[in-house]
Parts: sequence; C-alpha cells; structure tokens
Amino acid sequence: MRPLRRRRIILVALILGAVALATSAMVYGLSQNMNYLFTPSQVLAGRASHYRSFRLGGMVVDGSIRHDQHSLLVDFTVTDGDHTMPVQYTGILPDLFRAGQAVIATGRMHDGVFVASEVLAKHDATYMPRELKQAMAQAHAKHHVELPAAEVTP
Amino acid sequence: MIPELGQMALILALLLAAVQAVFPLLGAWRGSPALIRMARPAAAGQFVFVALAYAVLTHAFLVNDFSVAYVAQNSNLTLPWYYRLSAVWGAHSGSLLLWVMILNFWTLAVAIFSRRLPEVFAARVLGVMGLVSVGFLAFMVITSNPFLRLLPAPANGMDLNPVLQDPGLVIHPPMLYMGYVGFSVAFAFAIAALLGGALDDIWVRWARPWTNAAFGFLSAGIVMGSWWSYAELGWGGWWFWDPVENASFMPWLVGAALIHAQAVTEKRGGLRAWTLLLSIFAFSLSLLGTFLVRSGLLTSVHAFASDPRQGAYLLILLAIAIGGSLLLYALRAPKVVGGKPFALASRETLIVIGNLMFVVSGAMVLIGTLYPIIGDALHLGRVSIGPPYFGPLFIVMMAPIVLLLPFGPFARWGRADLREWKRVGIISALAAIFGGGLFAWAASGGMPTWQAWLGGISSAWVFAGVAQYAWMRWTTVRAGRRYPAELAGMLLGHFGVGVFLAGALLTNSLSVERDVRLAPGQSAQIGSYSYQFDGVIDVRGPNWIAHQGTVVVSQDGHKVAVLHPQKREYSGGIVQTKAAVSAGLFRDLYVALGEGLGTHGAWALRLYDKPFVRWVWLGGLFIALGGFVTLLDRRFRVRVRNAAPDADAGGEQTSTLRKLREADA
Repeated sequence: MRPLRRRRIILVALILGAVALATSAMVYGLSQNMNYLFTPSQVLAGRASHYRSFRLGGMVVDGSIRHDQHSLLVDFTVTDGDHTMPVQYTGILPDLFRAGQAVIATGRMHDGVFVASEVLAKHDATYMPRELKQAMAQAHAKHHVELPAAEVTP
Repeated sequence: MIPELGQMALILALLLAAVQAVFPLLGAWRGSPALIRMARPAAAGQFVFVALAYAVLTHAFLVNDFSVAYVAQNSNLTLPWYYRLSAVWGAHSGSLLLWVMILNFWTLAVAIFSRRLPEVFAARVLGVMGLVSVGFLAFMVITSNPFLRLLPAPANGMDLNPVLQDPGLVIHPPMLYMGYVGFSVAFAFAIAALLGGALDDIWVRWARPWTNAAFGFLSAGIVMGSWWSYAELGWGGWWFWDPVENASFMPWLVGAALIHAQAVTEKRGGLRAWTLLLSIFAFSLSLLGTFLVRSGLLTSVHAFASDPRQGAYLLILLAIAIGGSLLLYALRAPKVVGGKPFALASRETLIVIGNLMFVVSGAMVLIGTLYPIIGDALHLGRVSIGPPYFGPLFIVMMAPIVLLLPFGPFARWGRADLREWKRVGIISALAAIFGGGLFAWAASGGMPTWQAWLGGISSAWVFAGVAQYAWMRWTTVRAGRRYPAELAGMLLGHFGVGVFLAGALLTNSLSVERDVRLAPGQSAQIGSYSYQFDGVIDVRGPNWIAHQGTVVVSQDGHKVAVLHPQKREYSGGIVQTKAAVSAGLFRDLYVALGEGLGTHGAWALRLYDKPFVRWVWLGGLFIALGGFVTLLDRRFRVRVRNAAPDADAGGEQTSTLRKLREADA
C-alpha cells in the first residue's frame, strides 16, 4: 500500500497547504477591510485617528442640510448628543435621509470635515442601526436626547 | 373566531410533529412495525394542519382582519390583493409559518416518494424531519404566534414594508425557503443513515435527487433576491455581500460541494464521511441563515423581518441541531471507511479540490459575516466587513474551480487519461484566448479592462469545456442515450457557470454609473447614450402617490427607451424609490430618481448603463435548471424495496461509460 499512502500524504499536504493559504488570505483580508464605527465624540477624542477610512454614526441635526445650487454636493451635521461633526457628501442621499434620522456614513476626515463616500439610512422608518443605538446610548442617558421619532412625517 | 382556529391548528400540528418525530424513531430503534407505520399518517396530518393555519392567516390578510396584530402591522385597506397574499411572509412570525409550511411540503413529498425505500430507513428520515418541525412549530407557538389578537381592532392597518411591495418579493422568499428547507431532506437522510448504521453508499443515491432539487430552488431563490435588490433598492448593483445575502449564499456554496461529493459517494463509495458531514453542514448553515436573518443580530440593509427577542430561542435550537448531529457524526462516522481507490489524476481528485474550494470560500463568507457580531460581543469595537474583503478572496478561491471545470466531466473515475486532459486543455485554452479575447474586446468596445478580459476568457474556457464534452457524447454514444438527465443537468449547470462568469465580470467592469443634477430639458451623456430629463409629474397608485420622472434615452439621435422612474410615498408615510429599467440581453439602461433640488424643477438622477447584467441571473437560472433536470434521471427512481444494498449498484452508468470509452480508444 506504499503508493496509496504516498498519494494520501500528497493529498493531505495539498489540502493543508490550501487551507493555510486561504486562512492567511482571510486574516489579511479582514485586517485590511475592517471598518470601525465611531460617534462624533469618539472621533473628536482622537479614537479614529489610526484609521484612514471609518464609519461615522449619528443623527442628522435639524436644519443642517444644505444642498449646493449647481452640483450634487450636500453638507450636513451629525450629532451623538454630545458633540457634532460636519459631513460632506457628493451624490444621491438615501430615501429616508432627513433631519432627525440616524445615519451611518463611510468615509474619511479631511480638515475637520468628514468626507463621506457612502451614506446609509435604513429602509424602515422605525429602524435605528443596532450598533449605533448602543454607541449613542450613553449620550442619550446623559443629555436626555430624544430617540429618533418612530414615525416619519412626510 | 377564525384566527383562533389557526392557533389551534398550529398546536395540533405541533403535537402531530412530535408524534412524527418520536414514534417512528422509537419504532426503528426497537424494531416495532406498528410504530414505524405511524410516520406517514402523522406527516400527512401535520401537513393538513399547517396548511390550515397558513390558509387562516392568508384569509385574515385577504379580509383585512385587523384584529389580528400581525395583519394590522403588515397590511392595510389600500394594499393590493396580491401583496396581501405575499404580506403573509412579510415579517417575522409569518415568514416562520412559511418556513414550517415549506418544511411540510418537503416532508409530504418524502412521505409520498419514499414508499419504495426500506420502511425502517424512511421512518428514520421522516422522524428526523419531524424533529426539525417540532423545533420550529414550538418556536412559533411559544414565542411568535402570528394569530395574536389586537383588541380593540384598529380601523386600518399600518403597511407592508414598501420595499417588499414588488413582484420579485412575491416569488423570492418561497423559492429561497424551498432551497433552505430542502437541505433538511439531505440532512434527514444523512442522520437516518448515521442512526441506522447502514453506512454503505445506497442512501446517497436516494438522497441525491432531493439535494439537487433543493440546490435548484436555492439557486433560483438567490437569483430572484439579487434581481429584486437590483430593481428595487435603486443602487443598480446585483450583489452587496450583505449579511442577509451571505446567509443564503453559505448554504449554496456548501450545497454545491455536497451535490458533487454525493456523486463520488454514490458511484465510487468514496468520501462517505465527508458527504455525511457536508449534508449536516448544508442544513446547519440554512438554520444559521434563518437565525441570522430572524434574530436581528445583524446590521443589514434589509434585515426587516427580525425580532431580537426570539434570538435566544433560535440560538438554542441551532445549538441542539448542529451539536446533536455533529455528536452523532463523531460517534458513528469513523466506522465509515472504504470506497474504491483513486489515482491523483482522477475525477475524484478534481471533485475533492472543488469541494475544498467551495467549503473554504463558505468559511471565508462565514467568518466575514460573523466577525462583526463576535467582535462586538468581545468588545473589540464595532466593525463592518465590506465587499473589498469578500470580492477578491472569492474570485481567488473560485479560480481553481473554474480552471478545473472543463476537465471534470472528461476525467474518469479512479484514473484519468492524461492525454485526454491535454487535448481538452489545449482546445479550451485556444478557445479562451481567441474566442474569449475577441468576446471581451467586442463587448467592451475595444478597450477591455483586466476584469473584462477575465470575464471573456474564463467564460469561453468554461463554454469550450462544456461544448467538447457535449460533442464527445454526441459522436461516441448512440442516439437516445447521449444525454441522460443527470448528465444533461450537469452540462446545463456548468454552462450556467460560464454565463454567470461572463455576466458578473463584464458588468462589473463595463458598467457606468453617474449621479447627475438635471433641470427639465437638460441631458447627460453616458457612453454612447444620451439621457434627456423631461421633468417630473405626480401620479397616484392604489396605495401610494409618486413623483414620476420622464427620461428619454437616445443613441446617435435615435430614441432607444423612455423611462419613468418614480419616487413613491406609501400610505404609511414611507418614501421608496422605484427605479426604471429598460432591460436587454446585452445591456440594461437604468434610471433612479434622487431628490428634487431647488425651485426650477431640477432633480438629482442616478443614471446607469449596465452591459451584460442579465447574464448574471441567466447564469444562475441555468444552474437552477440543471439541478431540476437531473431529477428526471431514471437512475434516481428507486426500484428495489427492502433489498440488500448492492455495493456496485451505482455502477451502471459508469460502466457503460467506461465501455464506451474503451470502444472509443
């Protein structure tokens, strides 16, 4: 059974090699593509300074949305109840984007402004991202900030 | 009174499921024919009562019985009747009812088509399916009763989530669940084989058609979901590596491995333990998928039907099912050895490599999906893992499969003919370089990116392999026996892989997407297409009012399409974008309305030119079709009843093939 055993060993070695390769690729991929979520307070405290790209979560401040007159540039401010952070985005905002709504923006800091490449608001009026809810819970407790309205008025 | 009938029916179904689970298994263990014979009547009875419960809930939706809390939350008076039918599975408890309903479909089918199996084996299969049913019915009865009353009844209900008010969503969940739950049959067969200790390969032949059917449904369900998110969510993408998508994709990957491993076990007796393990994994991942989507653990763009309170119960159910079956596997599986030996260059080796890549990529998706949850639980920070992790790794892991695909059908069991491989490889390579290169060059208007090259070349490589094998059968086998259903299904599925490769890589590489601001009368140019915006008017539907834009698309001065994208506001107050798509085999033109800007009637518009995007779904549908076609194979019709399993019973087709090959050589 020598040849059979040798073949088995080759096969097992191949499998182990492939698994090892795949595992290292996965670990590398994970380490390169983790996007952390921070609130404005955490960003201002320097928690996000190690990350080139991260996600910013918060509620859109009333009256802060300003559309540019000639392009799709839009500025708004998000808050976690403690601190605020200006956000800049070029493109089309999601259907449920409006003042008082929780949003998560992906992007990077540039001169004190968060330049977003993607803005997400949930396709459900009562929705609040779970992770954002937890991140904001402290601020709410401290300042008695009201949670986003459950029903969206048109 | 009627909703209470539904509740009663559910409780009765639970009791019958318990009967179906306990007595046949007991009977099979103690050797009591009386107990064994209880399996089929119990299964039939359970089906009747689950169907009754389902009908009652549907009735409550149709007659707008808002005293049922679930109906009040997910429907209202203006909702069209067809969406009231699909609203039954629009949220948590109803979708669980659909799950159980479909489990009962499969159980009933097994009960009917297993009459020729050994009674003891069939009893064990039905018993295991009964156990699964007990878990889910108890879950519904205890924690998420869809018939809960809301008194006093409101005059009108809220609304079905507008995202779900789409034809795609009428078909997608039942299809997907048919696939998910269909793996419970393969699972039940594997568990029955482990329980009985009848660990020869005969059970695999019985399990194969069920697995293929489930795989076909799952493929079709995923295609529907992808198409829906493309048409409905207004982002123009067809796959986002979103956790909910991943939840359905993991069982698919393992399922793809399973149907190939089953072929090895059935025909050669090899990989027995591996096939058992994959059967357990495929269903476990289906359960995990259900758990992930229903528990609300995930932050997903479309995790709507979730209820966090039920997460704990589902987790326990999951632990029992997976833990129990793996324990049984650990106790019994080491006794399973054997199978015919195979050389390094053989069909078995190719299938092992393919299996490995499918399972590893399934693990990759699993880790990427679960990492944010585990990281959060261990206080490692709140992270999300995006498409840049999944996409490249998936391409790398699928590359060996695509590379080996043309050789697979040509490779003989046991020992392959390397000269044949060489010929197939050379022809496929020539076809890939010249045919595929030309295809990529023409498709991208003379300027292919690396992804377009890859799309053209890889799809031509696969097509060439499929065509050569079909040609070989045509020239060497006499008419009528050339393409038995199992082989035809394999060819269709592999052909689908080629179509998918072309679609996915070409559309990702050639799509043009632009967000623009247009005033009425202005136009924007995308590639050779000119999109002219003709303003927005108000329109009214059954339960929504909408701003409807008009966009005229023309090419070289000729009008190609007039598109009417909408921004709807549903009666529940939710705003929903309805993209307008002009679909074509070679390109989709796609327009979505953004928001109104300023006072001059200007709007933000999202414009796309998406070549070959239909091929993505077309490929998936071919794969699904391949799964269904194999069901017609005569070999899968069980002929013997209670006969001693014949070790070489699966060899019929293989040996014919071998004879033919010998004649050919």
